[in-house]
Amino acid sequence: MPFKIIASQCTGCSACEPLCPNVAISEKGGTFSIDPKKCTECVGYFDEPQCVAVCPVDDTCVVDTSWPRRQAQA
Amino acid sequence: MNAVAGRGRRAGVAEYIGEIAEHKGCRTSPGGSKTNCGSQAGQADLPKTIWEKVKNHPCYSEEAHHHYARMHVAVAPACNVQCNYCNRKYDCANESRPGVVSEKLTPEQAAKEVLAVATSIPQLTVVGIAGPGDPLANPEKTFKTFELVARAAPDIKLCLSTNGLALPDHVDSIARAKIDHVTITINTVDPEIGAKIYPWIFFNHKRYTGIEAARILIDRQLQGLQMLTERGILCKVNSVMIPEINDLHLVEVNKTVKARGAFLHNIMPLISAPEHGTVFGLNGQRGPTAQELKALQDGCEGETKVMRHCRQCRADAVGLLGEDRSAEFTTERIMAMDVNYDAEMRRAYQAKVEDERAAKVAARREELAELAGQKSEITLLVAAATKGSGLINEHFGHAKEFQVYELSTSGAKFVGHRRADVYCQGGYGEEDRLSTIIGAIKDCHAVFVAKIGDCPKRKLIEAGIDPVDQYAHEFIEKSAIAWFRCYLDKLQSGEILHVKRDNPAIHQKALTSAA
Repeated sequence: MPFKIIASQCTGCSACEPLCPNVAISEKGGTFSIDPKKCTECVGYFDEPQCVAVCPVDDTCVVDTSWPRRQAQA
Repeated sequence: MNAVAGRGRRAGVAEYIGEIAEHKGCRTSPGGSKTNCGSQAGQADLPKTIWEKVKNHPCYSEEAHHHYARMHVAVAPACNVQCNYCNRKYDCANESRPGVVSEKLTPEQAAKEVLAVATSIPQLTVVGIAGPGDPLANPEKTFKTFELVARAAPDIKLCLSTNGLALPDHVDSIARAKIDHVTITINTVDPEIGAKIYPWIFFNHKRYTGIEAARILIDRQLQGLQMLTERGILCKVNSVMIPEINDLHLVEVNKTVKARGAFLHNIMPLISAPEHGTVFGLNGQRGPTAQELKALQDGCEGETKVMRHCRQCRADAVGLLGEDRSAEFTTERIMAMDVNYDAEMRRAYQAKVEDERAAKVAARREELAELAGQKSEITLLVAAATKGSGLINEHFGHAKEFQVYELSTSGAKFVGHRRADVYCQGGYGEEDRLSTIIGAIKDCHAVFVAKIGDCPKRKLIEAGIDPVDQYAHEFIEKSAIAWFRCYLDKLQSGEILHVKRDNPAIHQKALTSAA
């Protein structure tokens, strides 16, 4: 499952955008969103999803359950 | 845990600081000797090369902050450290504290804003990047902005303010961009204390928490500080004073950063109110009182120069330190402006400012000579209402802050400022406003104003504060010294008695940019 950003909680700080190894994050109207087709949950790149690790507001980058899990966590 | 933090917490800060001061042979009684250190350091106290760097920088020279303006451009929204005194979600236009902005700018917008502001405020000498996140967590935007500003307005000094986590990686870029002032926020040098201030850091693609996070952060901060000072880049260290967490420990921080070449130490009171939505705001962590802050600053002075004129401004603040004119310079307005940067006009204006400064220094010197014969152990505080230039030029009722000076037979020393505005609270009448102001300056013996109404005058006298309007539009320091001379004369003749004053709380409410 890819990650999604809860827009109402996003501060628009942009910290996640350059960290995404898949260039899946972009700005729309002052907040950021993740392209679910591009998100790989950072598997194969980093030990933890970068957007989740850097986001200043807890529970703002969360798993998008409407999509199938991309890869089971090791 | 180090010796400082491990001490019994019952001992008051002032008491503890007294021991430290004695130990290091610094003055133990305030005003007992002449101060030639502190942010008041003037031309005579500093090496020429350093004086040239700081003399027109309002954040590095107390003397300059009466005359010169700064602006912060908010190009750096991302951050790599989470602090318990910061909440990035909150933005009220009437809110003044670091980490808060109304608009984010692109480097191009920022450069144009700088030119527009420098043209309408010719005493603007410094452009800084202080966030709203961390400038070095946004290195591309930060250095692009500096490059554009340096090209368009080469007479403006550049500075940045960072949490230090990414600092060692960017020291070369900082030197290349000719940034000659860097501020690092170092709240502790003890990872155990750090764990109480920073919930996490983001470093090398990983989130670290607790003591491990604090240890990495502290190592990087101190390493960065040393790398910068070795290259001759002037460094100021900011510390947030958090009672019962790092207050006593800041003496240790002061020594540590001095050993690594910090030029100035700025100890600021914690800003913490529930409506800010910060961890400290919500868990009831209090900020220090004015006397606690001053006792700590006094105790640290002599180890590293201590700054006392910081206004803890927003990451998009514009103007003299006591004012914020950012609301006049919105991006929309700036982009529509046809800016004609006139370096010659700015030079001419600043030459006039220099004349004014010289006159102020000469006036102070003359008045000090008059005081030379006086002998007294008394030190006391006075407040002044000012719009800048070191003059008593503000009406009591219009003052949003008061500058506080400590008077002794050694002269008048700037020791801080007190907020007196009551905006953002709503529904406050004149009566409440007056009691707020009196509360903010209740440790002062007198308040110097350009003008004051009869009612506030009466209330001040009832509160034991002497309202002084006879020095309207004259220099603050000269007037304060003259007033102090009369005060000592009256004491000697038995006309008045010297009484000690109260300990006021530090105003936590927002500073509005609306006049």
